[in-house]
Amino acid sequence: MGKTIAEKIFDSHLRDQPSPDNMILSLDVVMCHEITTPIAIMDLMEKGMDKVFDADRIKAVIDHVTPAKDTKTATQGKIMREWARRHKIKDFFDVGENGVCHALFPEKGFVRPGYTVIMGDSHTCTHGAFGAFAAGVGTTDLEVGIYKGVCSFRAPETMKINIVGELQPSVTAKDVILNIIKRISVNGATDRIIEFTGPVVESFNMSSRMTLCNMAVEAGATCGICLPDRVTAEYLWPFIRNDYATIDDAVNEYRQYHSDPDAEYVESLEIDVTTLVPQVTYGYKPDLVKDINEMVGTPVDQIYIGSCTNGRIEDLRNAASILKGKKLANSVRGIVTPATPLIYRQALEEGLIAIFMDAGFCVLNPTCGACLGMSSGVLAEGESCASTTNRNFNGRMGKGGMVHLMSPYSAAATALNGKITDPRDFL
Amino acid sequence: MKEFGGPAVFLDRNDINTDEIIPAKYLTEISKTALKPHLLEDLLLDGKPFDNQSDRMKQAKVVITRANFGCGSSREHAVWAFEVNDINVIIAESFARIFRQNMFNCGIVAIELAEDKLNRLFELGEEVTISVNLETCELQAKDSQGGKSFTLPFELNSFDRDLVAAGGWLAYADAKY
Repeated sequence: MGKTIAEKIFDSHLRDQPSPDNMILSLDVVMCHEITTPIAIMDLMEKGMDKVFDADRIKAVIDHVTPAKDTKTATQGKIMREWARRHKIKDFFDVGENGVCHALFPEKGFVRPGYTVIMGDSHTCTHGAFGAFAAGVGTTDLEVGIYKGVCSFRAPETMKINIVGELQPSVTAKDVILNIIKRISVNGATDRIIEFTGPVVESFNMSSRMTLCNMAVEAGATCGICLPDRVTAEYLWPFIRNDYATIDDAVNEYRQYHSDPDAEYVESLEIDVTTLVPQVTYGYKPDLVKDINEMVGTPVDQIYIGSCTNGRIEDLRNAASILKGKKLANSVRGIVTPATPLIYRQALEEGLIAIFMDAGFCVLNPTCGACLGMSSGVLAEGESCASTTNRNFNGRMGKGGMVHLMSPYSAAATALNGKITDPRDFL
Repeated sequence: MKEFGGPAVFLDRNDINTDEIIPAKYLTEISKTALKPHLLEDLLLDGKPFDNQSDRMKQAKVVITRANFGCGSSREHAVWAFEVNDINVIIAESFARIFRQNMFNCGIVAIELAEDKLNRLFELGEEVTISVNLETCELQAKDSQGGKSFTLPFELNSFDRDLVAAGGWLAYADAKY
């Protein structure tokens, strides 16, 4: 019987199987940030286990609140910094070099097809875009990952979502994944891996694939995963050029991670996106999604463009294409956060930052920013935000606030009118 | 092995997420005990704020809830917030993967029951006491007067049981890998 990509990765990394349903995998990369890692570090220190399994396989960043906003966040940073120095973790990114983990780490080439990756962050599934098995875990799993280089997972069950058709202009990967979550619900892929396939996924660049995989967890999935192909190899080429004579060689090798034609899936769905229109959420769960025309006119107080979902250069270009030469409405405030220093610099060089500033946006340094209500951009009670982020839970961006998830195109169009606006009006 | 069970509190809603269990603003804490007063601080039940300081909540050792409990963020703080409030069992129709794994990793028991069995617990009224036997994989539910009482079987993966017996994943992994 054939195998899915996830089964192939599990097979090649299996360290132990303590019960038929539980697989202990060896890890290729353990990623860390300052919110969930310091407690793991302190616990290991208290227990006399202050070691790392492989300093080269640990990647760490301060990204949620940076520069520190108070003594507590400064302490979190200090613990990370001292730990990285103590263990000679060379891939540690601090103020000036830091950015949102799931944008920064791919940009550094840390994830390859076939890898196993964990991080104490639920959106680690983003890295599945590279054909890796990448999963969010809690602090205890992270702690064991740092210390022993292993993690426990249930045997993989894969759900295949085949995406076909042709996207209309200004309809993006964000609209596709919001629509998928609407169809299958926030519990539709719990304990499953979603394999995204089909011509639409193949036509997506890595940025769009990352957006797609980033929100797989919002349907409960352990990981979203795309089959590694030429697009993957071309993105990774600066980092793998010493390993392969040509890009073709890399593409050929990556084929070993493609699911077999007779692989078994627990469920298969086909989604035709030809008639898909921009999507937007309206409640406190990411599966409460409507076509944007049903929400047009809903007033908002804040616009947020950024995050591990949609803070990459392509996202800023999309938003800027609508904002160029225009001003955001008087009734709203706009915040944009390039996800990494490289993206910030690119946005400066391309004139995008000028477009945002001319439109009246505040430009933040690369952080998780407003996304989870613990840094800049918190909402007051009763306020709402048109946001390119991934979660609209009650209280997410501040107690009593409402977050409407949407694409950068839609957020930019909404900024101009101060109320939810269909970006196709600006085509 | 320690005793699991005690007075239960009901959270009658699907999809209760980790932001509702412990808001992100408390994730700057580096001690678990600092989380104690903030458990379920932002939870809405029937659209109304949940009283997380009620006497019942203060006595509770067990939480009984619906489907997809603990969805959202990977923050183990959400499980620690239960732990520091002495809650050692959560019973639900289903759990989000990371939350369930965090529970067993911390030595707290996650019990999944089919909807019809779960409904029987909800029908017992507000004052229910649960005792859990991890050896026989059975739980006993009693109402406040002890008038109604019944036993329900549940399934527990042998590895998850081993983690609880070992006191969590770190101790288990340290001994074995």
